[in-house]
Amino acid sequence: MGQHVAIILPHPDDEAFGCSGTILEFREKDIPVTYFCGTLGEMGRNMGSPFFANRETLPEIRKEELQDACKELDINLEMLGYRDKTLEFEDRNEVAKDLKQRLEEIEPSLVITFYPGHAVHPDHDAMGAAAIKAVEMMDESKRPEVWAKAITHNRRELLGEPDIVRDVEDYFEGKMRAIEAHRSQAEGMMKQFRDSPNLKEINSEGRKLLKYEEFYKWTF
Amino acid sequence: METIQIDHVQKALEDLAHKDVYIHLETTNGAYARHFDSNAYNVGAFIRNAQVKYTQAKIIGHESYRVGLKTQLGWIYAEGLTDWELDDQGRLLMAGHDNEGRLMVALEISETPFK
Repeated sequence: MGQHVAIILPHPDDEAFGCSGTILEFREKDIPVTYFCGTLGEMGRNMGSPFFANRETLPEIRKEELQDACKELDINLEMLGYRDKTLEFEDRNEVAKDLKQRLEEIEPSLVITFYPGHAVHPDHDAMGAAAIKAVEMMDESKRPEVWAKAITHNRRELLGEPDIVRDVEDYFEGKMRAIEAHRSQAEGMMKQFRDSPNLKEINSEGRKLLKYEEFYKWTF
Repeated sequence: METIQIDHVQKALEDLAHKDVYIHLETTNGAYARHFDSNAYNVGAFIRNAQVKYTQAKIIGHESYRVGLKTQLGWIYAEGLTDWELDDQGRLLMAGHDNEGRLMVALEISETPFK
């Protein structure tokens, strides 16, 4: 089985903020990456800064941003078509079954998703739970490794140290470009970074969060 | 969207009165409110494509506005609206944004179901 990485996250920009450094490293090694993106972030609060989107134009805008980000990261994109903020109310088995089918088509060696119960946003938790269930339903011999992303404040207390900590400094510019592709969402936050004369020297919590990409290995 | 001009919105509201219309109503302080402030609570409500007919509509306020719709069986209202638009499909979109342009509340009225 060749290497192929599947990213399963619910919102356009989750991939950019959460694991784009890791993605870029895989792509540099020519490992294919497919992003299964759950929703179009239809219910996002950020409308651009200053705002240029409204509730009805946001989905199409975020879809284009997602496509731009995937081009920037040089990865395949599959949109799952769920609606933002409703994922946890879907039938989890149905979501998992659909994911399992999609995974079996690409036979990934690794799945990256959110750590259910430690992902803060209800869509994150629900997407992570469905992704892990999908992998669990797969034949054991075909099961990929799963790296789960936890973002709760008390994750270290409850889960221990993450199994994987990747310093993505070398890919930071590419990561920023992926984040900036999500213009409606990232503008406000990124402006703060851009306005800083010494981006590299900032040791802010925000930069640390972006510089290190941490994951817990899921055990079945 | 543009800053609400009360006369224009009042007229748009009245144009949609006495018709079968679809309502989108939401309010939220975001899924991360508590994540960033342990004293905060995540609060939100959302309904999309509620079909109603309203017989009376009013927009009231200054800088930030309230809109109330008296329906055949009850009421609908939203508070904190700041911006509005009649979009290319003739839908009346109203929303309230904070200083950073984030949506806090939205009330939208359409003669056809929202996608």
